Amino acid sequence: MSPAAAPIRLVNLTLGYDRRPAVHHLDGVIAPGEALAVCGPNGAGKSTLLKGLAGLLAPLGGAIDRGGLPPRDIAYLPQVVEIDRSFPIDVFDFAALGAARRAGLFGGLGRAETARVEAAIGAVGLVGFEDRALDTLSGGQMQRALFARLIVQDLPVILLDEPFGAIDEAAIEDLLALIAQWGREGRTVVAVLHELDLARRAFPRTLLLAREAIVWGATEEALSPAPLARAREMGEAYDREARECRRDESLRERADAL
Amino acid sequence: MLFDLLLQPFLDYGFMRRALVGAAALALAGSPLGVFLILRRMSLAGDALSHAILPGAALGYLIAGLSLPAMTLGGLAAGLVVAMLAGAVARFTALREDASLAAFYLLSLALGVTLVSLKGSSVDLLHVLFGSALALDDAALLLLAGVATVTLFALALFYRALVMDTLDPIFLRQTTRLGGLAPFLFLTLVVLNLVAGFHALGTLMAVGLIMLPAASARLWTRDLAAALPLAAALGAGAAYTGLVFSYHSGTPAGPAIVLAAGLAYSASLVFGPAGGLTRLRRPSRHLEG
Repeated sequence: MSPAAAPIRLVNLTLGYDRRPAVHHLDGVIAPGEALAVCGPNGAGKSTLLKGLAGLLAPLGGAIDRGGLPPRDIAYLPQVVEIDRSFPIDVFDFAALGAARRAGLFGGLGRAETARVEAAIGAVGLVGFEDRALDTLSGGQMQRALFARLIVQDLPVILLDEPFGAIDEAAIEDLLALIAQWGREGRTVVAVLHELDLARRAFPRTLLLAREAIVWGATEEALSPAPLARAREMGEAYDREARECRRDESLRERADAL
Repeated sequence: MLFDLLLQPFLDYGFMRRALVGAAALALAGSPLGVFLILRRMSLAGDALSHAILPGAALGYLIAGLSLPAMTLGGLAAGLVVAMLAGAVARFTALREDASLAAFYLLSLALGVTLVSLKGSSVDLLHVLFGSALALDDAALLLLAGVATVTLFALALFYRALVMDTLDPIFLRQTTRLGGLAPFLFLTLVVLNLVAGFHALGTLMAVGLIMLPAASARLWTRDLAAALPLAAALGAGAAYTGLVFSYHSGTPAGPAIVLAAGLAYSASLVFGPAGGLTRLRRPSRHLEG
């Protein structure tokens, strides 16, 4: 792993589109080596938060302090991967793209990188599929190929958006083992999860999000009935006539008055 | 007899040799670009950009007459401006790239036709649109060969970036800071080839030589590393066949070359093993696993 993971601090973070916040005034710290699940109802801002962490979306307010880690050192697996699967590339070459950062746009792969790609393909259980074209893979096999590329990338922070969408039970076991392995290696993993059971099984800490943090803490506490009910209530509130948010100013005024 | 038919025209006439060299240069560099255009689902973008070149070339023509440097520079500038504007509009507004490209090329074409009609006759317009493969001078040949050389070196050098940008642009942008430049580099190469091509074959026909061999090659192989040289070879073959046909039948060279490429395309549609029609005639027994 190239650079070490640092704590990621969210300071009064607001993320959104067209001035409308999808994540509203979020504060918290993701410790290095932590496995954090992000759960919440539809429209809670989970994917938006990941995009922000990946550096693909500039904050509307507040800040993300990645501890000096540039966004390029953060691996990101989007929920809907905009990959044209009819592109003529096989599984080995696809996984090897994870090494493009180290090999550069011009350099060759070399023996060490080739071994790394082979190991990654083995780790996700795609041995024997190296020569298969992407459009001959099933949905679950494609997801495994994407994980192989993540392994080859070898980055200290890994963001996963709904990584278990179209995957069978056996594959989920493999990938959860992989995530646990990443934790032991000191990598930070942040995963948006739809199935709360998966969060309870493999992620010690959870952020329950409904635009604002309902609970950010130990998983069993965050995913207990009371916070979950509150998250559902706050979930899909969408105000057509929303006024400008004055929360920052009122905070400042209160601070001035003190 | 066969010798007379296939080689004599090129031995007897310098303008035939020049036409062959020029069209072959365009095919060698342009057809591989066409393969990437198809993979990026921008098959019609080449067509749109070729129209976009027109006002620039017309402006050059208005200022300096039928002068190669003026028309080339004008066409290059217009093509690049439209490509960059379309890319920027796609990035910063709600419109997608195909919509913004369509809008800009229509404007550009209308402007070009207006500019040409301000001074020239319709004969001049025909020259710009359909080119004159049989009247290539040294400067035009040098331009075609130079553009082909630059394009092939750029393709070789930035092959990985172009593949990654076509396959998964977000991943490329996260991998390298220069990733966002890949689409612009690619469009620049396309515009360069179109501008060079419009002297040999005209704007409309240049697109044919870029797209048709590329579409044919995709029907023969699923391997990108094989499709690129195959497209170049098919394009060069079409250039030669078209010129021979044009010589013996007394028809214009540009359309003849594109028709030859179209013939290869039709054959590929039927016989291409990686997507042609015969693929549908599978053996009746399926495999075990």
